[in-house]
Amino acid sequence: MAEFLQFAFSGLTVGAVYALVALGFTLIYNASDVVNFAQGDFVMIGGMSTVFLYATGVPLPLAAIIAILTAVIVGLLLHRLAIEPARGASPVTLIIITIGASMFIRGVAQIVFDKQFHQLPAFSGDRPIEILGATLLPQSLWVLGGGLAVFVALWLFLERTLVGKAVLATAANRLGARLVGINTAVILAIAFGVSAAIGALAGVLATPITLTRFDLGTIMTLKGFAAAMLGGMGSPLGAVVGGLLLGLIEAFGAGYISSVYKDGFSFIAILVVLFVMPRGLFGGRSVERV
Amino acid sequence: MTDTAATTPPARRTWSPRLVSLVFVTVVVAVLPLVFPSSYYLRVASLVWTSGLAVVGLNLLMGLAGQVSLGHAAFLGIGAYAVAVGPTHLGVPPIPSALAGIALSALVAWIVGKPIFRLKGYYLAVATLGFGLLLALVLTSESAWTGGPDGMPVERVELFGWRVTGALTWYWITGVALIIGVALALNLEASPTGRALRALHDSEVAASVVGVDAARLKLTAFVVAAVYAATAGALLALMNGFVTPDTASFMHSVEFVTMVVIGGMGSVVGALVGAAILVALPQALTVLQEYETAVLGLLIMVFMIFLRQGIVPGLVGLFRGMRR
Repeated sequence: MAEFLQFAFSGLTVGAVYALVALGFTLIYNASDVVNFAQGDFVMIGGMSTVFLYATGVPLPLAAIIAILTAVIVGLLLHRLAIEPARGASPVTLIIITIGASMFIRGVAQIVFDKQFHQLPAFSGDRPIEILGATLLPQSLWVLGGGLAVFVALWLFLERTLVGKAVLATAANRLGARLVGINTAVILAIAFGVSAAIGALAGVLATPITLTRFDLGTIMTLKGFAAAMLGGMGSPLGAVVGGLLLGLIEAFGAGYISSVYKDGFSFIAILVVLFVMPRGLFGGRSVERV
Repeated sequence: MTDTAATTPPARRTWSPRLVSLVFVTVVVAVLPLVFPSSYYLRVASLVWTSGLAVVGLNLLMGLAGQVSLGHAAFLGIGAYAVAVGPTHLGVPPIPSALAGIALSALVAWIVGKPIFRLKGYYLAVATLGFGLLLALVLTSESAWTGGPDGMPVERVELFGWRVTGALTWYWITGVALIIGVALALNLEASPTGRALRALHDSEVAASVVGVDAARLKLTAFVVAAVYAATAGALLALMNGFVTPDTASFMHSVEFVTMVVIGGMGSVVGALVGAAILVALPQALTVLQEYETAVLGLLIMVFMIFLRQGIVPGLVGLFRGMRR
């Protein structure tokens, strides 16, 4: 039981990070049909910027805020300088642009920062909390709480604000949204900004546990994309469930079967789910128009 | 390759655009050694030819059938590890090992492709990605067979007592393999299968209505692309004399997709241009040292923003526009 809980805790913690990256994917995909392969790099920017600001003596909360703002600026620039000029290009062209952007961000990060692993101190101490024989790090609660807060905030934003509804309208039908007077270019910029902020927040929260490095983005993009697809592309709830599920499968697979094939279990699970439900767990049943 | 037709004046209609492409590739392969100042260039060019071979195959899947694979490096890995594992662990000589690897790759593609090609778009992409990742994981973890993360050496090929080695020798082997690969790909494009695949790309529903068996055709394109990749992988391993799991990595798969798109989907010459850019440019950019990754990323973005159909179709389009 203690062992089971222990694996569940670590799975949920990692899963919450994946879920946040997947949410970022979902937001941009819904607003623009672009699968942003630079999504994981926002996580890296969040973590690395905080580490370096904190090292120069900036208080941790302020460093985290500046880091998230930095990621938002990068996200907005990515939209303005790379996605907007290529408007109307095919999805695969846009994906390659974001892959180029990811390489560029990684390349700049290794110059601005360095190539070492970095860690932040845990926000509220390292003393583990004992629950039924298993231990839970306080930082895990930060990650889970942060994930929950983002999900609720995003839900309120999309359902309760005019701008949020404009994002949903753009996602549903871009031409229709433009016809009723929504500036879809601004909506797209908002989607990139918010999604960068979510990614960077995940980076800040996870760095005390998982460490960070300039090339963390690649693996984060991979896991976030997989989580989003597992849940069903375009569904925010799917992104969260997909992320948590991915984290749990990895933790239980590594704990009970083999840690070497940790990543293998998650992808076998994804393949199985897709064979049964070709559009993911929460993907819509869309009909192709001819 | 209909785009290349634009560069040939109407009076020379007897020269089909496919033939022009083939002649162009052959001439480039034949002439380059004459102008290269050192064997270093021959080596880089051989790398371009092997990557190009894999990309020409992937281009059949992406450009012709319109299906994206994010796990294509796995097939490269199968070919490469076949020539490494065969002679070392099973006592099979390199060339039969390579052939067995290519056959295995085709078989794996067929088995994996059957269920995978029920999926569409990004779901297909993530399924191929998952497959690629699993294979890379096996290559990294089963170190008793594969040498683990450090990889393993590959025995040199010996033909009738002659050791196949040297930059120029491998330049010609890979160059000729590429020319054969291009010729076969162009032939496939012109065949009824090729036309059916293109129909599939434009509209799967319309193609099925006129009797095209979509599932079987996509699978065919996938198996053909896997054979190209495995051949390229075997050549690469034999040329380098070693293999590492990086050959089959996710990043390598992403690189292949980038090569296809950046050169121009559906264009055989474009596939080579894409391979040349992503293989040769990093070599040239090493003078920039730590700025290499950033500059390469920037160039990929700039190319795709300004030539969104890819370099070759994009430039052909510009050229046509200027002549009007």
